[in-house]
Amino acid sequence: MSDDARRLKPVDVVVVGGGWAGSIMAKEMTEAGRTVVMLERGPDRSTAGEGAYPASIDELEANFRYKLFQDLSKSTVTIRNNASQTALPYRRMAAFLPGEGVGGAGLHWSGVHFRMPPDDLRLRSRVIEKYGAKFIPEGMNLQDYGVSYEELEPFFDRAEKVFGTSGEAYKVNGQVVGQGNVFAPSRSDHFPLPPLKDVYTAHLFRKAAAEVGFHPYSLPAANASQQYTNPYGVQMGPCNFCGYCSGYACYMYSKASPNVNILPVLRRHPLFELRPNCHVLKVERDSTGTRATGVTYTDAEGRVVTQPAEIVILTAFQFHNVRLMLLSGIGRPYDPVRNEGVVGRNFVYQNVTTSVVWLDPRVETNQYIGAGGGGVAFDDFNSENFDHGPLGFVGGSPVWVNQAGVRAIAAAHSGGPPGTPRWGSAWKAGMIDTYRHSLRIDAHGANMAYRDVYLDLDPTWKDAYGQPLLRMTFDWKDNDIRMNRYVVDKIGNVAKAMGARNVHLGMREFGRPFDTRQYQTTHLGGGAVMGTDPQTSALNRYMQSWDVHNVFVIGANAFPQGTGYNPTGMVAALAYWAAHHIRTTYLAHPGPLAG
Amino acid sequence: MAPGRRQFLGINGSGFISSRRRFMQGLAGVAACGTVSGTGAAAPPTPYTPVFFNAAEWNFLLAACDRLIPADANGPGALALDVPRFIDQQMTTPYAQGAQWYMAAPFVQGPDNLGYQLPYPPRDLYRRGIAGMNAHATTRHAKPFAALAPDVQDDLLRAAEGGRLVFGDVPSAAFFDQLLANVMEGAFSDPIHGGNTGLGGWTMLGFPGARADFMDWVDRYGAHYPLGSVSITGETA
Repeated sequence: MSDDARRLKPVDVVVVGGGWAGSIMAKEMTEAGRTVVMLERGPDRSTAGEGAYPASIDELEANFRYKLFQDLSKSTVTIRNNASQTALPYRRMAAFLPGEGVGGAGLHWSGVHFRMPPDDLRLRSRVIEKYGAKFIPEGMNLQDYGVSYEELEPFFDRAEKVFGTSGEAYKVNGQVVGQGNVFAPSRSDHFPLPPLKDVYTAHLFRKAAAEVGFHPYSLPAANASQQYTNPYGVQMGPCNFCGYCSGYACYMYSKASPNVNILPVLRRHPLFELRPNCHVLKVERDSTGTRATGVTYTDAEGRVVTQPAEIVILTAFQFHNVRLMLLSGIGRPYDPVRNEGVVGRNFVYQNVTTSVVWLDPRVETNQYIGAGGGGVAFDDFNSENFDHGPLGFVGGSPVWVNQAGVRAIAAAHSGGPPGTPRWGSAWKAGMIDTYRHSLRIDAHGANMAYRDVYLDLDPTWKDAYGQPLLRMTFDWKDNDIRMNRYVVDKIGNVAKAMGARNVHLGMREFGRPFDTRQYQTTHLGGGAVMGTDPQTSALNRYMQSWDVHNVFVIGANAFPQGTGYNPTGMVAALAYWAAHHIRTTYLAHPGPLAG
Repeated sequence: MAPGRRQFLGINGSGFISSRRRFMQGLAGVAACGTVSGTGAAAPPTPYTPVFFNAAEWNFLLAACDRLIPADANGPGALALDVPRFIDQQMTTPYAQGAQWYMAAPFVQGPDNLGYQLPYPPRDLYRRGIAGMNAHATTRHAKPFAALAPDVQDDLLRAAEGGRLVFGDVPSAAFFDQLLANVMEGAFSDPIHGGNTGLGGWTMLGFPGARADFMDWVDRYGAHYPLGSVSITGETA
């Protein structure tokens, strides 16, 4: 306990972070009759405020002044490609865009809402079964999650119903019921809403992918295709494809967010209290170190405050959860030299590259139309859906057209085909042609975990509160580059079938290090992973700290390695899964849920 | 329906539909108004006195903007879009003072791919970069940048872009990237920020701006969208 901290009245549960995971956990804990305080370091946010039309759809403010994103001036990370370098601060937003404020990244996200493929949940076991243990490259920390698809299915289903997710099922209760993803596992129910309409580019991609012999399906989208009322009684409006999704609070109440789908109910609950502008400094522990006693934070007035609690649930963004564990001494920090410890281990990213297809100049692709989660994908090269044996790499990549809405400044920056100048008349001609007549296809691949890719505390740089920044040691590896190149090569045939006039296949290049200056994705993962072995996981399969049993940590930090899918659906399901076990077991018998 | 639920209903319980309708009603007949397409000539910018840039800096900015987005057959240039005014107005925002950047010392230079590591917020990059460009131009060509011929200006901009110039401890590419990013923002952001005059940037691109409702156009495959651009304040083109 910090000596000079004000000490508040104890509560049952303190939740650190006001995004999806925090809102789900707070909702579940209040349903269980517990008092909950949610601490969010950013400001309070609501659709009526940040989302109001037309002021909210200001591209400069939203996407270039980062209105809904983390205030880097207060806290950031340092990054290096390998342990021989000095990591340097991530001073300006670029490669990834963490959120801040009530709703977290769940307010500015796009809405692609997946279930984790069953094979990805037990990837190590699956790879060994199919190809033998020697198939796993030296230095790759391939692991299972310790939880199966069948166990998680009710919670995937719950999350979809809360989010109002639009999509088309393939199998429900083992029966083929529709034109959904043929590689997707059976579901207990249909999506709550039918799929969104295909925008033109997605329509062309669907046709061409099928012609080439792949299996296109509608991306599951947490953008409501129709009016919807979720199980909490909250209403969503139908998405109008406005094109202001990623980076915006949806003015139509169509994109699921904690602010629209959960918090309206939670805010009114007498057992719940939301405290915005409260930055948590550390989780406090008792003298034995094995039990958390609450958290200490800096409040909106800059006072240091201690909030005692029986249960501490960390639901900040992936790397903030890892950092809070390191700052609080919860779990053993990872040491890459000795290959021991778990907090910071198996840090992963997502392996995304974008290809561009130019169509006939008489055809308008209308890229300003979009829904953040909408589009068409094929999974023929995702997960273990294809034979990796002759290919010699682990992991895969869905391929999709996910036209979330391309706005004007972004179009100007994207410019024309490779080789076009970045300014002047040639840029102008190439940029206008590209905006009006092209489409973008992503290979949204997995990134595996490696022994020398990890998170720890930086020795030099500190945040505005005097605490060390988190340090990322990350680079692309041969396995992941080869996977990307193999899958992207398949896009060429699809582009040809679309009648492309020009194609740029965006591939990862050997020898080109991770570049922090270019936006890639905010899908960071791992660093405090779940599992069944405390030597290789920081959390047990119920998201509970192995070492401090009244600390639960919910987020993409739990992923033992990357996946080809967007993380939010899995994070939400893991939150409901953990909450279920807290409610049914832990509250009555506090202690380790796994031995 | 649970008591009080309408208070948090997303759609029917909020006032936004009606305010949106009022806003869109203001646009009735827009499609018939036609659009201002690029004339190929750079119109002089709206009369404007810069508050951040001094006279020499302003002259550089006008000249550089005219080269980075020239007026041509594809549409208006950065001058006609009042991009210099946009940049000057941005310089008085917290952004230009580095309020959104992590600016804690030490400032250690490293490989390019680890990102920007200078101690300078945008305002300082402009001050140092423009002085550097003008000093270089004067040394090489005996005139400041703005007084040079367009092809010579292009050469200098390309040299800055490629990092071939150094302005004290500011690599020229760091300055150039800052300038180019703000020029693009000025030409293509909502006119509420001082650029994109007459919605000329959006019109040449074919971007409808704040229309933001394509419920009835999403499956009109390959067709040209007939309505002109509209801004946040309801200005139309």
